[in-house]
Amino acid sequence: MRKILVGLKRVIDYNVRVRVRPDGSGVVTDGVKLSANPFDEIALEEAIRIRERGEADEVVVASIGPEEVQQQLRNALAMGADRAILVKTDASIEPPAVARALLKLVEKESPRLVILGKQAIDDDCSQTGQMLAAFWDRPQATFASKIELKGDVARVTREVDAGLETIEVDLPAVCTTDLRLNEPRYIKLPDIMKSKKKPLEVIDMAALGIDAAPLLKVLKYEAPPQRQKGVMVKDAAELVAALRQKGLV
Amino acid sequence: MNRILIVAEHTDGKLNPSIAKCVSCATSIPDAEIAIAVLAKDGTTVAAAAAAIQGVARVLLLRNPANEPALAAVLAPQVAKLAEGYSHVLGPSTTFGKDLMPRVAALLGAPQVSDVMAVESANRFRRPVYAGNAIATVEAPAGRQIVATVRVASFQAAAGGGSAAVETPTLDVKLPQTTRFVSVSAARSDRPELQSAARVVSGGRALGSAENFALIQRLADRLGAAVGASRAAVDAGYAPNEMQVGQTGKIIAPELYVAIGISGAIQHLTGIKDARTIVAINKDAEAPIFEVADYGLVGDLFTLVPEIEKLL
Repeated sequence: MRKILVGLKRVIDYNVRVRVRPDGSGVVTDGVKLSANPFDEIALEEAIRIRERGEADEVVVASIGPEEVQQQLRNALAMGADRAILVKTDASIEPPAVARALLKLVEKESPRLVILGKQAIDDDCSQTGQMLAAFWDRPQATFASKIELKGDVARVTREVDAGLETIEVDLPAVCTTDLRLNEPRYIKLPDIMKSKKKPLEVIDMAALGIDAAPLLKVLKYEAPPQRQKGVMVKDAAELVAALRQKGLV
Repeated sequence: MNRILIVAEHTDGKLNPSIAKCVSCATSIPDAEIAIAVLAKDGTTVAAAAAAIQGVARVLLLRNPANEPALAAVLAPQVAKLAEGYSHVLGPSTTFGKDLMPRVAALLGAPQVSDVMAVESANRFRRPVYAGNAIATVEAPAGRQIVATVRVASFQAAAGGGSAAVETPTLDVKLPQTTRFVSVSAARSDRPELQSAARVVSGGRALGSAENFALIQRLADRLGAAVGASRAAVDAGYAPNEMQVGQTGKIIAPELYVAIGISGAIQHLTGIKDARTIVAINKDAEAPIFEVADYGLVGDLFTLVPEIEKLL
């Protein structure tokens, strides 16, 4: 069976204006909407499209987090994943531990491709995919804007600083998604009903037997310094004069 | 003593300007001895450029035809081997560094601190999280190897005029054959490079078409500026992806940033907040970009931009 494993993290919804708690212990999460990381939804969409093209047989979506993440996994099943796995933990875990946990799932499931978001929009680390590829000793194709499977090879176009880079990786491999890879589909009501029959397995993080203790300690969070609002100029001439005076043009 | 190894990014025999900024970050680590690793096919000019950065003690040049074009899977095991005995391994927070460094960290079993914007001590750093809506101070375990990427917009380039020794060590590392470079489509341009330009002119969705985007390019040329674009303009196909400025594109810190027809979504503002002076031109007086602009001008860009061009 040709499987694709997709990783999904629950994060503060991207539409929420994140605020730092007054005591600096974190950001405000009370009553805040939580959703799947947008880059992970792109990863899932890509996996589903690959299966729909007949280039994969099963899409397995996995998340690591508290019990409540089942909700995001149900949404993923409604979107089109075939099966879900929740690795349950209430602890906050860092990318190296996430990568080690995913490696355990990889060893169990033997996917030909793992697709992850290029970063989570909460910690913005952008590490997990690369670390999984290293632990697994397999190739990585990060920041993908196009993925084509040809037999045992994936040809991936990557969004890099210079433009678009294309590489070929032997499968199995790890891909991470950039924004322009695809636009995830909307979930339809009948799909939500169907998703309730799809399997969702819950594994305890402790059962994986990995060391998930955090290495980094966050001492505090602060709000970023705000820029001061400047002046409004009335026309082009006033703008150019102001910039001239400051020696900027 | 903190021994710091910086991995050089380079293309076509030229050292990427982000590396002098990484050196700047490294020198703010107390009691630092800095080495730069150049993994290249030939690398002579790159190593020379690295050796000339002030504060660099030595350059380690690793020649191998497999090292260019750079592939993370090929470079990572070499960097990990070189990193033995170093307390810190740094790379720039460019797509090169973001791709490579976590793979190096995993091979070393070290934690990675991404996007370091300030150094507070040898193992304590500040970094942006939540798209720059919060700044976290993080501490790595003392006395343990640390991998980090450096948010280049937060550091000034270290000066030139240095003369570090260039060494050519040999490594016995097996390199994987499972990743192959195919091509890169880089737009060749005479304009300054977006990430290091002193002036940047960016266009947004309001430009309305790829043809109209030429207006931005003309003004940029007039100012000797690099060209940027908002995510909306790139998504709409008005500008190529490498021009995207913002949290998921390039994070820049020019002297002058001119935002034209850009409303100022939070993810865009994250990419420009270190700019010295921000100018915003938008027809919507309520656009969030005006909240951060030093100079704001409300009006139709199709009238204003040609006017400005004439006045320059």
